[in-house]
Amino acid sequence: MQKIMVCVKRVVDYNVRVRVKPDGSGVMLDGVKMSVNPFDEIALEEALRIKERAGGAEVVAVSVGVADTQQQLRTALAMGADRAILVQTDAPVEPLAAARAFLALARKENPDIVFLGKQAIDDDANQTGQMLAALWDRPQATYASKVEILGNKAAVTREVDTGLETIEVDLPAVITVDLRLNEPRYVKLPDIMKAKKKPLDTVTPEALGIDLGQMLKVVKTDPPAQRQKGIMVKDVAELVDVLKKKGLIR
Amino acid sequence: MNKILIVGEHDGAHLNPAVAKCVTCARGIPGGEITIALFGADTAAVAAQAAQLGGVHSVLRIDRAENAHPLAAILAPQVAALAAEHTHVFGPSTSFGKDLMPRVAALLGAPQVSDLMAVESAHRFRRPIYAGNAIITVEADPARKLVATVRVASFEAAGVGGSAAVASRSLDVALPSHTRYVGAKTAGTDRLDLQTAARVVSGGRALGSAENFQMLFRLADKIGAAVGASRAAVDAGYAANEMQVGQTGKIIAPEIYIAIGISGAIQHLTGIKDAKTIVAINKDGEAPIFEVADVGLVADLFQVVPEFERLVSA
Repeated sequence: MQKIMVCVKRVVDYNVRVRVKPDGSGVMLDGVKMSVNPFDEIALEEALRIKERAGGAEVVAVSVGVADTQQQLRTALAMGADRAILVQTDAPVEPLAAARAFLALARKENPDIVFLGKQAIDDDANQTGQMLAALWDRPQATYASKVEILGNKAAVTREVDTGLETIEVDLPAVITVDLRLNEPRYVKLPDIMKAKKKPLDTVTPEALGIDLGQMLKVVKTDPPAQRQKGIMVKDVAELVDVLKKKGLIR
Repeated sequence: MNKILIVGEHDGAHLNPAVAKCVTCARGIPGGEITIALFGADTAAVAAQAAQLGGVHSVLRIDRAENAHPLAAILAPQVAALAAEHTHVFGPSTSFGKDLMPRVAALLGAPQVSDLMAVESAHRFRRPIYAGNAIITVEADPARKLVATVRVASFEAAGVGGSAAVASRSLDVALPSHTRYVGAKTAGTDRLDLQTAARVVSGGRALGSAENFQMLFRLADKIGAAVGASRAAVDAGYAANEMQVGQTGKIIAPEIYIAIGISGAIQHLTGIKDAKTIVAINKDGEAPIFEVADVGLVADLFQVVPEFERLVSA
């Protein structure tokens, strides 16, 4: 195990309740707290644990997005990544565009594993890892809840609708992680100081020779339909009575 | 003309009910001709089921030994090859479809609409973002192929009564050997399927233990319900991962959803908001679950559940 690449995304913090702009042009993002996508923190944690177990390997955190994404890459460096690369752009980045950016980096860096979160909690697309694996022509192991490195292979247990499934992939491979793979470490203050000295490179899409062009146009953004306010019942007998009258139970 | 290819999920014996919902979604596309592709070692049985779905033009069987287990790396180049004849490629937004379809989209250089919840025209769709806190309308370029995963909770199942033509296809596609199926650990199949059950009983962290979760299984068995869980309950080890309902788990639309000891985080609510009736039982009257519940009861679940079970008929 020589090198692990971890893709992280800057997203609206998990605890922020996102609201739609009244004119339907998007969601309100001004002054909202931004964080590393929680699934990507799990991805980074797994990379760090593999590095620690192997007694070596370089962990490179990468992202594509606006200049302020450096904040999230600094967080990744504070968690323990060795260096970071930002593909900087102000344009909206669709999953296929992100995959193209990560492909360009993977071809330069030649990692043994690329880890990503299974989805980002902003667009909930759940696409980038699979797309990167396709473009790179390498295996994908999505929704990982357990990763075992066996020389130049990995056995990955995946969370699927019917339970758990295990597949074996040759390295290099793309692995996207699910919630229960690990619990990411907390960043300590000295690590934040140390992270400021770690290398963080910025590159442009043009320098990588990639086109981040958008293919889907977002026409409008609406708030979700609200459910009607329901009724409160006083006890179980009344609850069962109501449900029986609605024909929902017998 | 729009030609829609649906990648049909199945387990070798049964077509996944999500396929019938993808068909309904695809039928919303004007002037669409629907083809279902089935990949497997032997898809004869599931092809017969797919052919009965109303509105399906044809069913393609791609039987080969390598397709015995649905590995995205193996299936994607085959789906991409078939896609040459189609304008749209749809799969269900299940773990099968979510794994496979983006790999197909990337091979085609096509965009993907994830969790497609409404068709407005052949190239205009609606989908949720931010755990369902916002719904976006997206437009795709008609000159390009479009890939989508269909949010199955948003569509009714297509009825049977069709008689689509079934044909076997052999595809001249080289398949990689870098990805291998090892095995699966699945929950008992005697339980109702969470994603398609008409009734669901679901528990949260307030259950307190895996043993206490058995109370829910007993209630569910009595009323003929599947059992779900909140992320908190799964993280705590009270329930299995495949029982998780919500943004990162299963999105479901049962006739009745009974949430027991679930506070109702937005990430959970996004998984149940298409339920016809939501019942909430929680000790905390301020819990957000009551904001979406059709029927609410503020009470201690440990008293409610046994009494509930006693009062209903099997």
